[in-house]
Amino acid sequence: MTGLVLAEFTTTEKWVVNSFWGVIAVAMVYAALRVVTTKNVVHAALWLVVVLAGVAVQFLFLGAEFVAVTQILVYIGAVIVLFLFGVMLTRASMGDDEGVGDEKRAMAAVVGILLLAVMAFALVDSFDDIEIITDGPQSVTTVSDSIFSQYIVPFEAVSVLLLAALIGAIVVARQD
Amino acid sequence: MIAAITDPWWFQTTLRVVGGLAAVLLVAGTLVYLHLFKMVSFMQSRLGPMEAGPFGSLQLLAEVGKFIQKEDIFPRKADRFVFAAAPFVVLMSTFLLVVVVPGGPDAWFVDSEIGIYLGMAVSSVSVIGILMAGWGSASKYSLLGGLRATGQLIAYELPLILAVLGVVIQAETMNMQGIVLAQAEGEIFGWGAIGNPYILTQGVAFLIFLIAMQAELTQTPFDMPIAESELVTGYMTEYSGMRFLLFFIGEFATAGVFSAIAAVLFLGGWYIPGIDPANNIMNVLGPIVLITKVVVLTFIVFWVRFTFPRFREDQLQKLAWKVLIPIALANIVVTGVLKVAF
Repeated sequence: MTGLVLAEFTTTEKWVVNSFWGVIAVAMVYAALRVVTTKNVVHAALWLVVVLAGVAVQFLFLGAEFVAVTQILVYIGAVIVLFLFGVMLTRASMGDDEGVGDEKRAMAAVVGILLLAVMAFALVDSFDDIEIITDGPQSVTTVSDSIFSQYIVPFEAVSVLLLAALIGAIVVARQD
Repeated sequence: MIAAITDPWWFQTTLRVVGGLAAVLLVAGTLVYLHLFKMVSFMQSRLGPMEAGPFGSLQLLAEVGKFIQKEDIFPRKADRFVFAAAPFVVLMSTFLLVVVVPGGPDAWFVDSEIGIYLGMAVSSVSVIGILMAGWGSASKYSLLGGLRATGQLIAYELPLILAVLGVVIQAETMNMQGIVLAQAEGEIFGWGAIGNPYILTQGVAFLIFLIAMQAELTQTPFDMPIAESELVTGYMTEYSGMRFLLFFIGEFATAGVFSAIAAVLFLGGWYIPGIDPANNIMNVLGPIVLITKVVVLTFIVFWVRFTFPRFREDQLQKLAWKVLIPIALANIVVTGVLKVAF
């Protein structure tokens, strides 16, 4: 069995992976900026697809194949589709939608910068000198073993939370 | 389909891309000729195309030539980029889907541990392309068709994935080669002459997979999104020329690829009973066996397509949520219990 990104790709020819990583990172930042600056809601959702696809590819480079594929299945295949479905069902206007979030721009920028600072600090603080060794894809067995032993409590908590959200959504929707 | 693993990465990648193109386009062409041109004609007591080449076999080239000549029309109010890109997104999903299908012990594109999971994930990307087409056309019919298609594809993706889970539980792997080998080495009550094709033990899952596949391909009786008497041709209404051809290729190529996945999961894929699966000859015979199974399965798909009338939209949703998903869930539970018990 082989990985989706060839093994020699990540061991002997590291520059290939590194340059692809850089190109995709730049594309992701550009797409993320377009998500919040574009005036068209459908375009924003489509730019978000580019960002999320970039995340999936970065996971692949880290050898986390299962996570990468889950990223595609859940975020691109389900979440974005629901975004688009909802937008098109309610306000499918062509062209620019004037007045999309203009008044909240300053506040959003502040929140965005704060979030970036917190997350960048947390990441640098905890992973500063750790090198991730990618000598092949991470096996699904490892992922499932850690989910169902070490992280079983958070996993079950998330399941219950999702169930609660599901029931809540039905209750809200049925108030006709 | 892939040379020795020692070749440089760019060479392997080129080989994979060329192989994938061949696997998608040749299979799509074969299916259009065999089923759409000939089988349907015979069902309707006519001959079908006979002029171009022997028995009309060159009709395909004529059709492609016709589509290439046509003007590439954009509606005036269309969102040009989204409209133009949509067919490519749909086709890309098909091309990414074909890489998980193995054709022999060494004839594979990607031998990933998460094979079938990867396939299910990339097949769900085509919905985005359909929504892009529906919205980008700036037309009522297109938008309605796109929304109908999305509702249908989301609903039928669930039974499709749940049906696959039964096979994954029984084979104890998501790797497509592993699933083929598990069937080749399986035994039916101790009798191992033909292995154990999972259609025998996962027959319920196979039926659910076929029905959900028909809906995922938006073939009749599940062709509400392109219902011609209500929506012209749904999300494809405004497309012409090459871009329409891309949608058309996508439709038939996806039918072929989904059938190939069904063949691998339930009919034993590329193995032949009696020949050692590791034998090198299987790299030649394997793809032929697989394509034969694909032709048989797509025959069923198109047979149903040209036989049954169209569902109503609410009946279609009811079938997915109230019938297929509960049965698929029950199948998983039963499979899991039996797996632990034996």
